Amino acid sequence: MRFGRWCFCEAGEAVRADKAVSGCVGGWVGSSIGSSVGVSVGPPVRRSAGPLRMIQFQNVHKSFGPKTVLDGFSLSIPDRETTVVIGYSGSGKSVALKHIVGLILPDSGQVEVDGQAVDRLDPDGLKDLRRKVGYVFQFAALFDSMTVAENIALGLARRGLSEGKIDRRISDSLALVDLPDTQTRYPAELSGGMRKRVGIARAIALQPRYILYDEPTSGLDPVTSAVIDELMVRTRKELGVTGVVVTHDMRSAYTVGDRIAMLYQGKVRQEGTIAEIQATGDPIVRQFIEGRPREAAPDSGATVGA
Amino acid sequence: MAVDRAISRVGSGAIESGRALADVRTWFPLLAAQLRRLGVDSVPIALFIAVFTGIVLSLLSKYIFTGAVPLYFVGALVGKTIMMELGPVLTGLALAGRVGANIAAEIGTMRVTEQVDALETLAYNPRSYLVVPRVLAGGIMFPVVTALAVAVGVTAGWLTAINLLDLSTLEFVKGLRLFYRWKDIWFGLVKAASFGIAVTLAGSLMGLSTRGGAEGVGRNTTRAVVLGCEAILVLDAFWALVLL
Repeated sequence: MRFGRWCFCEAGEAVRADKAVSGCVGGWVGSSIGSSVGVSVGPPVRRSAGPLRMIQFQNVHKSFGPKTVLDGFSLSIPDRETTVVIGYSGSGKSVALKHIVGLILPDSGQVEVDGQAVDRLDPDGLKDLRRKVGYVFQFAALFDSMTVAENIALGLARRGLSEGKIDRRISDSLALVDLPDTQTRYPAELSGGMRKRVGIARAIALQPRYILYDEPTSGLDPVTSAVIDELMVRTRKELGVTGVVVTHDMRSAYTVGDRIAMLYQGKVRQEGTIAEIQATGDPIVRQFIEGRPREAAPDSGATVGA
Repeated sequence: MAVDRAISRVGSGAIESGRALADVRTWFPLLAAQLRRLGVDSVPIALFIAVFTGIVLSLLSKYIFTGAVPLYFVGALVGKTIMMELGPVLTGLALAGRVGANIAAEIGTMRVTEQVDALETLAYNPRSYLVVPRVLAGGIMFPVVTALAVAVGVTAGWLTAINLLDLSTLEFVKGLRLFYRWKDIWFGLVKAASFGIAVTLAGSLMGLSTRGGAEGVGRNTTRAVVLGCEAILVLDAFWALVLL
């Protein structure tokens, strides 16, 4: 798979570098992605120094009826890195992710994005926050009644872009996910993997600062999973976005993550770099990352810091 | 405390609705499609019901009036009943099934497949995008469909009268005009508009509150139809008390 080179113009418009290098001012041109073996890229997107850019969960509690899902969840997600949140199915990973864009509000504690508490934002503030974030849903959540192009255009139209710019962003983002000829097709005509890639294209087209991926590889065959993993890595390196990935697929976590945090019983059990997680002495974390049956590990022991 | 909470919920619901309605840029482009889906596509079922209502009313009034009241009263009964009651209510109940179920199932499926969440993350207000165009289309198109149903119902009653009841067109029209007032028409259409708003609102709210997969969609679709029908009957009594 080969992908064209991208750059960011000052106006914030992503353009194919091989077509419009002369139009770029002060951006960067990443080197092309070579093969499926690895990813070679240029320097990250240069950004001006500004206010604190990160996502922070501070002692978040969330229950649904009698079921406590988050029970003092605290995590800092640094800028321009990809943080992977791992954990058992039903452990509240997706619930945590939805807190970032205010789809779910905490019972107590708070979630801050760029220094702003999400639950205290007024509707306009929430819209502004959501404009900074691309969300890739577990089952893609494409709009059934719309074509692929219309799905991608919907979020772009909200930003007042001209039709020409919208068309260019649609074709560029679909090229990036290697689905250039699907514009007029409906979601029902696509395979699960293609739908997920369109979901990623829909998020990328918005040129967000953050991309949140909810179980991006679940239900996919290993090869398609690897394609999605590579796409996530490329998205971070080429577009310089901060990523949060929720998954229980450890191969995917090791491929795309800079940092890994394990969510267990509503709290972060351990957080650290991939090497730190792989060298963990925590039996719960070790059991999870090695994929051993639940009975085989002792269910005790204090949280071990990385 | 419960009353406080209820007032607060109604208040915040009203503010949310106002905000959604003010977001014209979002809902206006979607209105035409809903006018067609909710209104135009509902015409066949409404007319089907109207034809048979007109025939039955004509035959029924002959049965009631024979030997007691001059037969041209058939026109009065058919006209008044269809314009003021059966036209709006039967059309409303039929559309509560067709339109209410359609909206609840569609929005409910979008809810359980996270399409509603996706709309929100794309900075759209689901109330502006999904609810407002449907409710406005209901409020506009139910009276239009009802007006057509009334016209067809009265025509069916007239054709039945002249063909099966030994009544002339002149006699039927004489009866039709006997007690006719302009209010007969607008009373029926005001009711129809309120039914349209109630049915589409019930469908939309049940759809948005759907939880738990296909079973949840089925459950809330049924609830939307039941709620829509109940709202029609309550509103019918309300307008009779207030306007008659």
